[in-house]
Amino acid sequence: MNWSESFIAIAAPLLMDNVDTDQIIPSREMKTISKKGLRKGLFANWQYNYLDGKQIGKNDDFILNKKAFEDTKILVSGKNFGCGSSREHAVWALKDFGINVVVAKSFGRIFKNNCARNQLLTIELADEYIDHIGDLLVRGEIHNKITIDLKKQTLTTPENKIINYEVDPYLLGMLLKNQDFIDRSLSYEESIDEFVRKDKKIRPWAYL
Amino acid sequence: MSLTLFEKIWQSHLILSGKSQPDLLYVDRIFLHERTGSFALKSLKDRGLRVKNPKHVFATMDHIVDTFPGRGDETLMPGGKKFIQTMRELANEFGITLFDINDPRHGISHLISAEQGIALPGNIVICPDSHTCTLGALGAIGWGVGSSDCEHALATSSLAGNKPKQMQIIFSGELNEGVNAKDMMLHLMEKYSVSGGAGYAIEFSGDTIDNLPLENRFTLCNMAVEFSAFTGIIAPDQKVFDYLKDRPYSPNKTWTETIDYWKSLHSDENAIFDKVIEIDASQIYPSVSWGLSPEQSIPIDGSIPNLHEISNPDKKEELESSLKYMGLKSGQSLMHLPIDAAFIGSCTNARLDDLRSAAKILKGNKVSGDVLAICTPASATVKRNAEKEGIDQIFKDAGFEWREPGCSLCFYAGGEGFLPEQRVITSTNRNFRGRQGPGVRSHLASPATVAASAIAGKITSSKEVMKK
Repeated sequence: MNWSESFIAIAAPLLMDNVDTDQIIPSREMKTISKKGLRKGLFANWQYNYLDGKQIGKNDDFILNKKAFEDTKILVSGKNFGCGSSREHAVWALKDFGINVVVAKSFGRIFKNNCARNQLLTIELADEYIDHIGDLLVRGEIHNKITIDLKKQTLTTPENKIINYEVDPYLLGMLLKNQDFIDRSLSYEESIDEFVRKDKKIRPWAYL
Repeated sequence: MSLTLFEKIWQSHLILSGKSQPDLLYVDRIFLHERTGSFALKSLKDRGLRVKNPKHVFATMDHIVDTFPGRGDETLMPGGKKFIQTMRELANEFGITLFDINDPRHGISHLISAEQGIALPGNIVICPDSHTCTLGALGAIGWGVGSSDCEHALATSSLAGNKPKQMQIIFSGELNEGVNAKDMMLHLMEKYSVSGGAGYAIEFSGDTIDNLPLENRFTLCNMAVEFSAFTGIIAPDQKVFDYLKDRPYSPNKTWTETIDYWKSLHSDENAIFDKVIEIDASQIYPSVSWGLSPEQSIPIDGSIPNLHEISNPDKKEELESSLKYMGLKSGQSLMHLPIDAAFIGSCTNARLDDLRSAAKILKGNKVSGDVLAICTPASATVKRNAEKEGIDQIFKDAGFEWREPGCSLCFYAGGEGFLPEQRVITSTNRNFRGRQGPGVRSHLASPATVAASAIAGKITSSKEVMKK
């Protein structure tokens, strides 16, 4: 994903609050020790119909199953998106479907962090913006696309209204430079070792 | 400068801090389990990185392993064996201490890290699991992370993060008979919503907390994540010191000096909290959840909110959808609602005190007719200690299945679980849609309420059962 260029993509409204990571991908869909192929389990409770607990085909009413939303790259949701379990599979499943951006009123802490580690952009907007964008997307009268410009930190709605947002400057830098956060911290190894040397004198009991 | 307890620990772990980057903090202990820890280690291996300090890293098998007596690597969950075996192979390869399936120290990570004296007051402990906050009961920062952050901590013994805002929740007064920490948290979320703690580290304090047994404090901190908090923490006191004394990994050789340090772990008198919530403990009653979020809870003899009284259309739609899934009606009471299953287990409510509180109610009683009743003690140690007290026999005589430790019945991973439309009263932490299996209707409650309901065959309070 090249974040230095702006892009326009289909945005799907999923407007409820508290979409927990068990909904994004239920535990039963995390079948292998691999990050690939998880789109099959994405929103599995909604993506499929069930009879006696068994999947019996796709649920045509679910937004991401609709023809107009099959190339969705942006999700728009309510408060506390991604709350609950720490499973990073939630992020991997969204990415596997092709979703690169989630715009919401707020996010679960661990989920938001997991997104940052996987180059998935989270944008927090005030309630009235989300309600407005959600309304436009649900009515679908103009079109279902949103433009994201990370460099300028702007989002353009289907009616061409520009909304500003703020991304943590550290994360912004990491995304734009496609930097790896573990490599970055490994470069601080000397500082870490120096801390440990001093800390062993202050908190000797904390070391085994 | 006056600091909160959380800020003191944060500051003592600060390696680097800068204006345009998050703080870099030293991590004391890392705990892994086969569900997400296996990913972190595999990814580390694929990148050719090493574990910086394997002595401070521990692992257990709790998420995927079955809970049947005699269980092994084979699981009812398709593909589960692979997670277990990968965890074992990689723990060996990286020199990490593993509490394997039949190890007498085995159990749920958040339990055994306390039982073994691995997590200590003033520590930062991380685990790729959202309920790591449980360890706040010891006065540690229990920091739940994803697999990538865990990998970061394994490779560098550090973690990057922004310091959260500070919240104090003060519980005052005496708890009513039969009220458990679970009821305290359901009450909190009913009042302040599940996102009420978002962006905050929460310190629980007040005389109710001072008087609360340590095991209940674990339950309280455990559910801080359900309140969307960064973590929950309680200042360590004599109860914590007594608990940790002579544990295998406790600093027993330097005990006196260590206690001196731990005694400094409390918020300064003038510490500034960004938000303070005060709760009158006498207003908390045994509670049960009715919907698909822990905030959708009510006192056991209360009624589900009436849809007519809700003006916000989105909220109304959410409630309608919850009611439909749960097979309930607006305004209905939960008391005497028939149940199909009762479960006592999980990192939330399966410690010895929890089992004792359930046994008190089960003693001399029988589980009603067809109700499936299961207990999975949270660790092998809890199980052994319960058996020494004869608690297992009380459970078995009542008609409960007495199983092995593990998390698997708290969430359905494709193996063990309950059936669609089964109504389950459960001592766990999450009543999300499909959490315990597709279509399963979960009602969160304390172990005492679960035990009482199992006997009655319908949702009921321990008070009502004890009366008879």
